[in-house]
Amino acid sequence: MSESGGRLRVFLVDDHGMFRAGVRAELGAHVDVVGEAATVAQAISMIGSVVPDVVLLDVHMPDGGGRAVLDAVRRAQPQVKFLALSVSDAAEDVIGLIRAGARGYVTKTISPEDLVDAIRRVADGDAVFSPRLAGFVLDAFAARPDAPVADPELDQLTNREREVLRLLARGYAYKEIAKELFISIKTVETHVSNVLRKLQMSNRYELSRWAADRRLV
Amino acid sequence: MQPSAPGHPRLTRSRTDRLVAGVAGGIAANTRLSPTLIRIIFVLLLPINGLGALLYAAFWAVLPAAPGEPARRSLLRLAPFLAAGLVLMVISTLLNNGGIGMTVGWLVALVAVGAGIIWHQSDPDRRQRWSDQSPSAPWLAALSDGDRRIYLLRFLAGGVLVAVGILGLVFLYSPVVEGVSWADMWRAVAFALVALAGVGLVAAPVLWRTLVALRTEREGRIREQERAELAAMVHDQVLHTLALIQRNAGDPAAVQRIARGQERSLRNWLYQPTGSPTEHFAAALQQAAAEVEDTYGIAVEAVVVGDRAVDDKVAAIVAAAREALVNAARHAQVKSVSLYAEAEPTMLSVFVRDRGKGFDPASVEERRHGVRGSIIGRMARHGGQAEIRSEIGEGTEVRLTMAVTSPREPKEEKA
Repeated sequence: MSESGGRLRVFLVDDHGMFRAGVRAELGAHVDVVGEAATVAQAISMIGSVVPDVVLLDVHMPDGGGRAVLDAVRRAQPQVKFLALSVSDAAEDVIGLIRAGARGYVTKTISPEDLVDAIRRVADGDAVFSPRLAGFVLDAFAARPDAPVADPELDQLTNREREVLRLLARGYAYKEIAKELFISIKTVETHVSNVLRKLQMSNRYELSRWAADRRLV
Repeated sequence: MQPSAPGHPRLTRSRTDRLVAGVAGGIAANTRLSPTLIRIIFVLLLPINGLGALLYAAFWAVLPAAPGEPARRSLLRLAPFLAAGLVLMVISTLLNNGGIGMTVGWLVALVAVGAGIIWHQSDPDRRQRWSDQSPSAPWLAALSDGDRRIYLLRFLAGGVLVAVGILGLVFLYSPVVEGVSWADMWRAVAFALVALAGVGLVAAPVLWRTLVALRTEREGRIREQERAELAAMVHDQVLHTLALIQRNAGDPAAVQRIARGQERSLRNWLYQPTGSPTEHFAAALQQAAAEVEDTYGIAVEAVVVGDRAVDDKVAAIVAAAREALVNAARHAQVKSVSLYAEAEPTMLSVFVRDRGKGFDPASVEERRHGVRGSIIGRMARHGGQAEIRSEIGEGTEVRLTMAVTSPREPKEEKA
């Protein structure tokens, strides 16, 4: 958790001022919004100086977008956690950000309570999968018998992980997943974290090409 | 009579009144004479060592084309002049008994016309105009391909004319006019080829430049069109939606419904060209979800993994899923419903879940027609299964599964 006695220090990166103001107002009661940035360069320098617990990161911005911020900050401050918050539904954007090291992805239509919850979980080292992200990941890891597998350990999801993802995609909460699968919530969290790790570490080369392929049905 | 332009009309080749290249039409417009008269003069000058053709070619080469849309040439109108020219030629040939000067004139005219054709082929202005004629993209590619063929064809034709003319001249001035030997012939052909190569060499850079110019211009046009499409999208839909939202500001439900519909349509347009709902499982489900969203004013969070071509079974499971969504929208008293669907090689599964008030399945299923007929019955008829789980206060989940054989996806077939 955060060092500053309970309240999490959150940083907003979004090029829409209105949206930042809205999120700031919604979150203000639950977390400390320690700064906000509208551009990639501004974000990189400010995150470097304020060192927040969690950065809420927009995917689409001029000059490289959230990906550029992630790449730059992670090198200097690997302890800063990122939660992608985007209006984008494009699978390649979302998967790209997760692969670059974001701990989760939520859409901008998320309710304030859910967003606060997601920030807490990311700060705790957990992964936050929205149903949509779970769907994208299932799609990306869909069995491709003809694809060369570089690292069989990493490049496949276990049946259990797949089941957990499916339930996530079906809109189940962790608690409900645990009940459905007769496992503990902790185990659910472990499975989700493992999926995230596989997604970030997988060197299966066509994962990056998957987004382009998926139109070919 | 051609209406002449105000001010000083420049001598140009006419685009509207043209039988060959618009030379006669242009001169007529400038001199306020009848174009037919000018044409007749050109034809009459033909027998004088081909002077008519020579002059025409010279004018063609020198005069710039007038601005404006080019008109179609009428072969029917050209025919009388051609015929008259031919007759004159034959007569003069008979009278002159094939004088050498006459032939020289003709050959020079031939070379001039050939060079003229090549010259005008590489005129960037002309290329520009051609591509201007095709402002809509779908057939642009096909048209410009045809263009290129015509381009090449005309270029070759020009080259052949030049070659034939030069060949003729060489023959004419060859010291052995009587018995032409094969060696002479080959020498002449080689000479002509060299000349042709020279012309080609001169024209090649221009040719290349114009082709490149055309390509960049075409790319620019495609970009322009995309921008126009986006603008149209924003105008037609987003602005319309914003206006509706302002007018319905007092009715939160209506505002939400409008905003949700707009978001969905913009999102589909931006991120997922999913294809036709009558052909694709994913698109069909998305469409069903969209209809329920619009009709009942709830949000359907749809996640679809994989895709598949639509057949009877797929249509059945989509219809059952739609019914489940409708039930949730009607009875669950919730604002949003989750729809998750997965198309695996041998199995289709769809889950519709709400966190609404729920019901006791045992008590309701028997008497409610919607669930029995539209969901359970429909799935059973097509060899699938439907399971409905509901707890009062916990919400409802409808699970639909359908085993499918012969996967239609080529990728999966390799398994």
